[in-house]
This record gives sequence, structure tokens and C-alpha cells, in this order.
Amino acid sequence: MASPEPDSARARREMAVEIEDLRHAYGDRVALAGVTFGVARGEILGLLGPNGGGKTTMFKILSTLLPVSHGIVRIFDHDIRREAHHVRSHLGVVFQHPSLDPKLTAMENLLHHGHLYGLRGPALRGRAEALLCRLGLAERARDRVETLSGGLTRRTELARALVHQPDLLLLDEPSTGLDPGARRDFSGYLAQLRDQDRITVVLTTHLLDEAERCDRVGILHQGKLVALGTPDELKAKLGGDVVVIHSGSPEGLRVRIRERFGCEPVLVDGSLRVERPRGHEFVREVVDAFPGEVKSVTYGKPTLEDVFVHLTGRRLWGEGANGGAV
Amino acid sequence: MKGLILPVLTLCWREVVRFCRQRSRLTGAFVQPLVFWLLLGGGLRASFRPPGTPAGTSYVEYVYPGILAMVLLFTAIFSTISVIEDRHAGFLQGVLVSPIPRPGIVLGQALGGTTLALVQGVLFLVLAPAAGLSLSLASVVTTVLVMILIAFGLTSLGLVIAWRLESTQGFHAIMNLILLPMWVLSGAFFPMTGVPGWLGWTMRLNPLTYGMAALRRSLYLGSPAAAGPVPQLIPALGITVVFGLLAFMAAADAARRSTV
Repeated sequence: MASPEPDSARARREMAVEIEDLRHAYGDRVALAGVTFGVARGEILGLLGPNGGGKTTMFKILSTLLPVSHGIVRIFDHDIRREAHHVRSHLGVVFQHPSLDPKLTAMENLLHHGHLYGLRGPALRGRAEALLCRLGLAERARDRVETLSGGLTRRTELARALVHQPDLLLLDEPSTGLDPGARRDFSGYLAQLRDQDRITVVLTTHLLDEAERCDRVGILHQGKLVALGTPDELKAKLGGDVVVIHSGSPEGLRVRIRERFGCEPVLVDGSLRVERPRGHEFVREVVDAFPGEVKSVTYGKPTLEDVFVHLTGRRLWGEGANGGAV
Repeated sequence: MKGLILPVLTLCWREVVRFCRQRSRLTGAFVQPLVFWLLLGGGLRASFRPPGTPAGTSYVEYVYPGILAMVLLFTAIFSTISVIEDRHAGFLQGVLVSPIPRPGIVLGQALGGTTLALVQGVLFLVLAPAAGLSLSLASVVTTVLVMILIAFGLTSLGLVIAWRLESTQGFHAIMNLILLPMWVLSGAFFPMTGVPGWLGWTMRLNPLTYGMAALRRSLYLGSPAAAGPVPQLIPALGITVVFGLLAFMAAADAARRSTV
């Protein structure tokens, strides 16, 4: 199967994940409608999207829980359909729902997991101790998981997924239920793994701050990958700044802004969004032009949510809704 | 094959550890069959003398092996429920993405369930003298062996169900329609002697009837007449082994087909 061109063969070796035209449907409901992308080795890729966008299906297929029904998925150049066994030994998986045994201690959970991968003895114990230490869990290693806080449990889940030294770490909504501080810590650990162990990370999220900290972000919407790039690249695609205008009569104002400034404001959740270079000047012009109609104006550099709105015309709901994912 | 031993043992070990750490399960495991035995035995002893057994056999004694089988059945039911819960949002998620083949996972679960059932069965076996049974060493050893075979079969049967069901809600219907009638119609509760023909045939087709027979034969190893008119030990054991193997293969197949 080796490619005749050395360059592309080398490029392929540098890829951790390659996905071509991946489709999946649950009965009539299409979850993935032809998705193609690749993940380079040592990269942190975030899949951002609302619930029902296809993230969880993608996660289940990559983690070998769902079979590939259409398309090709290769992980470290192994076809996931034909060589699932081989692929599994390279994967570390952190699930959205807890997968530790709450009746076992953190250490016992790690040892148990190591045994599943054929590891044993002092080597396994040493590796588990080092991991717990590195993730700041050394003092709680002998406590049952049911007594740990949400943040500590999450870190133990991560430690468990790393016991067998995986090359690709898959995480489904890893910071569900964590406060922003704990989320930042968790992202810090992932960056450390990428830098020190050159582990490739693919995670799904509906949280903007989590997506912002990824090397690249793919936006999944209605089963399609509508954008893929670094957070800066994605934001640069928008025309400069984002101005959001709140008004008592947004529909009327929208028409008048279009006529006056020749741009197309988008009505999202009752407020008008305009993407424009030199947004601060536009703010002044709008307020001067329609003094009675503008209740408030916000102006800022675009966020990933603005990118999402730009691409889909919808808001990525629930930035604060941590536990909302089903 | 060699690479499977460690994962299978660790899955089995985990079942035992978590069982020991749940005090309510520990107490329940011992107290529940005791209560059933006292209620059924005490309640029915005046009105029911098991036909086909030697004169003087009380119902308390008759139903004792039946309660022993009930202990094994309840443990199997409990393992089944925990597998259904574990699959979607729990411990099994991590096991399913590991390189262990599905039959290996099922074997670990079946051996774990068997171990728990056996521990509880042995605890209850200690009460045999209270039922009026005096057991020889050979009898105890055979009984333990038979309990292992029955427990493996019942746990595997439970796993067939667990790997096919999406939620625990459907399980209650199956438990009431299949598992509990299997116990009632195994000779645990009443003997086959004198029942209507259709019921007799149902009991003959029930695999647990042979497990139950093997249990009675091994408890009365020295005095076969006291076991009553049930199948002989060797054929009963043979059918129990075959049932266990078939149930395990069906469970492994159900696990292989399961997508999540």
C-alpha cells in the first residue's frame, strides 16, 4: 500500500488520524454527512459544535465503539475497520461519563486498567505512581474514587487513559462539569502531554474557552465540518471586528443599516451582528446615524462563537451550561 | 491466548473487590436467602410434604437446595444489571476500547459473577446442618463443584440478556418472564412428581432442573434415596456443563454484536 511518492509517504507517517468522507446515520437521522480531515502528530485538535452536531458520533467512531459504515478512518496509518485491535492499543480514551470504578481507589483503577493492556508488576506500578504524581494526585492515590471531587476525578480519568502510554488521546467533552479554573488546569495538562510526550490529542467540546486553547479547531454543524483551522485563522476569516447592536426594533434597524452602510447585519437572538474592519469607527457612525434606535452596542475582536454564528447563522448555545451535553 | 489471562483475571478481581466494599450487598447476600428459607420453609411445612422423598423429610429440608440455587440466581441477576449500567456510562466503556477481544471481556464478567455466587453459596452451605443435612467431605466438594457450574451457566445467561438490552427497564420483564420461572420450575420449590403433564414437560426442558438435580444428588451423595426422584448426578452434570457452554457462547456473540 506504500505510496510511490516518498514525500506523500512521509507526510502520511506524520499523520495521526486521517478521515475521508466519513458518514454515519442512525436510521434516518444523519449524524455525519461526509467529513474529511486529518490530524497531525503532536497536535491538539478540538471539535467544536452544539450538541447533535456530530461530535459524539465522531468520538465513538474514532474510539472504535461504533463501526465505520461509510468512508475511511486511518489511525497511525492503520485502517480502523480492518485493524481495530492494533488501533486500540494506541488509543487512550477519556469519556464524557465517568468510567472509573468509584469503589476502587485511584491507584487500583490505574493498575486495573494497565492489566487490561497486559502491563503488570513494578513497571506498571511505577508508571501509575509517576502519572498520579504528575497530575497532582499522589496524596489521594489510596482514596476511593467516590470520595474525590469532580476536578480530581477528571484528572484521574486522564491518568487512567495514559497508563498504557497511548499515542493518540481521545477526549469527549473532557471538562464537562468543571469550573473555568479547573478547565484551564486540564488544558494545561494536555499541552504538557503534547510538548513532553508528543501525544496527539483529539477532543470534542461545546465550550469556547476550551476550543480556544486547541492548536486547531474543527467546527461540526449538522454532520458537516464547516470550518477547520487555528483559532486565529478562523477568526481572521471574519471581516475584522464584530459589532453587536441591541435595539428595540431590530428588524427595522437592520434594513436601515443595510441601506445606509451597504453591509448585511445578521439578526441572531434579537440582536444585530455586523462584521466590519475598524469596528470602533462603525460604532460611532451607527450611534450618530440612529440615535433613538440603539439601546446598546458592544464591539470586540471576533471569538470562535462569532465564527460559528458567521458560518451557521446560529448561536452556539449554552456557554455557561456545563452539564447540558447529552 | 496467554495474553488474555491477565485481563480476564483483573476483570474478575474487580467484581470481587467492589462486592466486598459494598456492605449492603454483603449483608444482603447472606440475610436474603436466610429470610426466604425461613419464610418458605416455615410457611409451607405444615401444608406441604414433598412427594417421592423418604418419610420424615420436612419442607424446610426439601427447599434448602432450592434456596441454594436461588442464591446463585440472584447473584447472576445482580451481575446482569451492573453490566447494563456499566456499558453506557460507567466502567465498561474503558474496557470496551481496550484491545481485549469481547469474548475475553465476557469471560472475565462470567468468572467474576461465578466467584461472587460461589462465595455466597458457600456461606449458605454452612447452614446445611440446620436443614437436617449432615454433609461428608466428598459431598461438600461435589456440591461446591456443582455450584460453580450452575453459577457459571446462570451468570452467562444473564450476560446474554445484559449485552442485548439497552436499558435496565426491559430487564425486569425478562427477569419475571424467564429467570424467576426457571427457578420455580426447576424442582427447587416443588418436585416434578404428580404435576400436570404440560408442567412436567416444561420442567424437563428447563436446563436449571438438571442443575437442581445435580445439587440434590451431591448434597445426598451418601444416601441417594433421600434426594428424591430426580435425574442421576452424571447426566445432570453433563447437561449443566453443556448449558453453561452454550450460554457463554451466546453471551460472547451478543457482546461481539453490541455496538456500544
